Amino acid sequence: MSALERTTRIYEGSRIPRPIPTVLQVDPEEHNLDDILTVNFGPNHPSTHGVLRLVVDLDGEHIAGLSAVVGYLHTGFEKTMEQKTWWKCVTYPERIDYVAYQYNELVFVLAVEKLLALETPRKATWMRMCMGELNRIHSHLIWLGTSALELGAISMFWYAFRERDLIVDLSEMVGGTRMHTRYFQIGGLAEDVPRGFYEEARKFCKQMVKGIDGYEAILDQNEIWLKRTRGVGLLSADDAIALGQSGPVLRASGVNWDLRKNMPYLAYDEVDFDVPVYPHGDVYDRYKVHMDEMRQSVRIIAQCVDRLEEMEGEPWIADDRKVVLPPRHELHTSMESLIHHFKIVTEGFPVPEGEVYTVVESPRGEMGCYVVSDGGPKPWRVKFRAPSFVALEAAATCMTGAAVADMIAIVGSLDGVMGEVDR
Amino acid sequence: MAYEGVPGLVETVQAHGETTLVVDAARVVEACTHLRDEEGFTFLSDLSPADYLGWGARGVAGYIGTRGGRDLHAPGSQGLARVPDPKPKRFAVNYHLLRIGDEPVRLRVKTWLDDGEEIDSVVPVWPTADWFEREAWDMFGIVFRGHPNLRRILMDDDWEGHPLRKDYPIGGEPVRFSGEE
Repeated sequence: MSALERTTRIYEGSRIPRPIPTVLQVDPEEHNLDDILTVNFGPNHPSTHGVLRLVVDLDGEHIAGLSAVVGYLHTGFEKTMEQKTWWKCVTYPERIDYVAYQYNELVFVLAVEKLLALETPRKATWMRMCMGELNRIHSHLIWLGTSALELGAISMFWYAFRERDLIVDLSEMVGGTRMHTRYFQIGGLAEDVPRGFYEEARKFCKQMVKGIDGYEAILDQNEIWLKRTRGVGLLSADDAIALGQSGPVLRASGVNWDLRKNMPYLAYDEVDFDVPVYPHGDVYDRYKVHMDEMRQSVRIIAQCVDRLEEMEGEPWIADDRKVVLPPRHELHTSMESLIHHFKIVTEGFPVPEGEVYTVVESPRGEMGCYVVSDGGPKPWRVKFRAPSFVALEAAATCMTGAAVADMIAIVGSLDGVMGEVDR
Repeated sequence: MAYEGVPGLVETVQAHGETTLVVDAARVVEACTHLRDEEGFTFLSDLSPADYLGWGARGVAGYIGTRGGRDLHAPGSQGLARVPDPKPKRFAVNYHLLRIGDEPVRLRVKTWLDDGEEIDSVVPVWPTADWFEREAWDMFGIVFRGHPNLRRILMDDDWEGHPLRKDYPIGGEPVRFSGEE
């Protein structure tokens, strides 16, 4: 049978709820328990994208039981943030998901702005979208490079990281650092868009479109890639929703759901883009969703750059000296600015009492941030809804009856970043 | 209000453009099942508990004093003349629901628990709650009755204490260095 012919079967109805949906238990009626071999996959294995341990019960070469053990990268971000002022907290979310750092920062900043009822200038909104979409491509490229590498397409890794380097160059241009830029501040952006950014971003868009064509030329016609990904790691639409999946995993299961389209935030209702949806729910469809999303992100970046160019000379951060650091040059001439700077950095600023839950569509899906304030200068509680934490829950369902070799393809396709899973 | 039929509904709060339904903890599964089947909230986005121990007693900037009285010498004791609203019990368990469809809506269901009180698991309603509830147990020590696999998830299996509780000390973990006797 040709590998190009689809052999995927689609679930009829949902298999959920089962007794423990996120742990796959060995079924004694289907397997001889004496044949079961329990193996630890991880925690240190190159294809777990961090430190993930999967306890796998094998019957021959097939997976009969599975449970995921996470927590090896738990660093207590949420506890730490309770001890820091709001202003200092902005640094932390970026380190949670170290691949899609801009989105974590964005979701936290949006939450604080919602509590403060702070209006941000439109230039900041559009630049946030622009940097966010660049970051989405960055995240997808790392996913593509490492997942393809694990399935034997070694050259793919270098091609993906070639374009990824251009994105971190752009990050360096705006924020001074290549990753974890802390470019989004409460109220807007840390700095104005640097001179020459628009030309570089346009150059990148051109290069990126060529790059995606190249990746697809390598993988789409590749017999090994197709055999390894098609019909593997199935997840039906019903199961995906029941298991709380979001982002590419959900869209590859045939659910047309993208927060940017369905519940627009920032200015996503003013840009033109499509939401890729594929119906089969296998690893190949997740790959296709990632590829199409990169193309759409390039489209969005081009529109953002066009709009941003019209906003030359406009403010990039809200004019609220109680919350926003004063411009650096004023510190030498203005007493008030010096006082404001000192107060914000040492004591912090009070955020009105209340609780909010803000959500953005990160490269991995629904990234949420629940923040409680007691009216003081430090958050009372911060909780991140990590999409890859939820994605790993689906591993047991996806791997029913899969072969050991497929396990690597499936874990890769769920796109877990362990920093975000463990927080 | 649109959510009057929810079983065990105590009150509906609107704040910051978000709707919160405060629900009796004993009837949370009933309420969640109703919301899923009747109101279409098929997607559990997040389950986030919070510990309100010491709420309103913290000497923080932005208050004139604390609930215990005004202390001018406390750092940052001047500012907003407001003490936060008291909370009915120590722990809040928040369920963030989402209706996926043409008219997407977000909703927060909130229940209150005291230390030691148990709450029914919502895993039968939304299977995705499995790991969220394990995390809540791990971090706050909230027991979910009927959970199929209530074990620690982020901390070690033999860890003592629940780190995100407000009375859990920070920075107290002894570390051994190489070369130490």
